[in-house]
Parts: sequence; C-alpha cells; structure tokens
Amino acid sequence: MSDNMKMRAQLKDGMVEVKVLMSHPMETGRKKDDFGQLIPAHFIQLLTATLNGKTVLEAQWGTGIAKNPYLTFRLIGAKLGDKVTVTWVDNKGESATQDISVISA
Amino acid sequence: MTLMLGAVVAIFLQPFNALAALWNKSAFNAIAIQEATQILGIHDEINSNNIQIVAPDLAENGAVVQVEVKSNIANTEAIFILVEKNPTPLIAHFELSPEMYPYIVTRIKMAETSDIKIVVKAGTQYFSRSKNITVLENGCG
Repeated sequence: MSDNMKMRAQLKDGMVEVKVLMSHPMETGRKKDDFGQLIPAHFIQLLTATLNGKTVLEAQWGTGIAKNPYLTFRLIGAKLGDKVTVTWVDNKGESATQDISVISA
Repeated sequence: MTLMLGAVVAIFLQPFNALAALWNKSAFNAIAIQEATQILGIHDEINSNNIQIVAPDLAENGAVVQVEVKSNIANTEAIFILVEKNPTPLIAHFELSPEMYPYIVTRIKMAETSDIKIVVKAGTQYFSRSKNITVLENGCG
C-alpha cells in the first residue's frame, strides 16, 4: 500500500519539515450514495510518526479530517538521512505505512 | 504520554479490536463541544495569543479547509482541533514528543460557519484560541 501515501521530509533552517498526503475517502457515515443509501463511515482513526524508530507524533482523528488527508509537521534536531515513518490505521482495520529519508531543501 | 506511546507501539502488533480501544470513541462521537472537551479532560483553559491559527476567513467549500496551528507555549504536549458547529466537534488530537516543533498543518471539514477552537496542553495547563470561519457550502455531507 506504499502508493497510498506521498511523503517528503526536508531539512531547512535547522528543522525538518515533513509533508504527508494520504489517499483515503474519509467517509463520515452521514453521506448518501446515488441510490439514497448511507455510505458507511470509513476514516483514519490513528496516525503515528516515528523518527529513526522512536515515536514522535501520535494522532487520533475523527471524521472531520478532509478526504485524502494532508499533514505537515516539523521535527527539531533531525538530520540528513534520518528516517521518518508514518503509519495510519482506519476504522475498518486497514492500514498503510511508509518511510522516507530526510533530504536537504 | 510515555504510557500512551508504549501502548501505540504495542497496538500495531495487536489485532484490530485493541486499536478501537485506543481511539477515544466517546470524545469523537460527542455532539457538543463542551461534552468533547470534558471527555478529553480539558479544563480551565486560558485564552492565549501564543497560539497562532492560520486559516481562511471565508471558505467557499467546507469540504476542505486548511488549518495551520503553531504554539509558542513552552512544553506544548498536545494540540486539539475542534469545530464548534460540526455534527461531531472534535476533529483531531495530536500528541507531540519533545522532538516535535509545536506546529501542525492539516485540512478539515466544516459543516457551516463556525468558530474553530485550538486547545494546547502544556504540563497540567490548557490554553486555547478560536477563529471564526465563514463557510458558504456544507462540507460534512
């Protein structure tokens, strides 16, 4: 599922900025399809980011995060070549994980 | 925090039902903002200009509203995003380790014109700041 996530981690001004774009419907469970049937809720609930294997960010999300979620965060003290990994799990138990190395801006 | 970190590491090795236990279902299902904040343990929050919110004053479509949050409060451990008038006001809860600069950008859904409320936890204290966003088209469908 590696094509589920686009990631970039760039070192600039002494800080690493990580940008993540995920592919996910983020269905609220309140929307109806063309036949008037409710589309079941389907959304990312948990997201974690690690730096060289150590957890640095833990997020819990509700249905209010927009479709194809976007996230930017910044790390202090990370270096070129460090590995940043992002993992998400949704309410159906589906998950995706991807890692990327820190590059210079 | 440490406990929770350990829990997540363990949880990714666990079957799905363990995950459901970690996700704060009652807070995310709360239909009133005060109910959500109460469940999260947020109390006596201090209005603070040390929280910066960058978001549009007007959103044509509530389906995608970009929100940038920066906390200038020392020892920021957690950032919460809530939308007062959404069907379920709690949008996101971020727990930050000391390696994290207290800065998050994400995109949220808004059902109607509303205040968005950012709450920051630092030590035992809570700080908050709100910003009103006018929404022309419901994005919560």
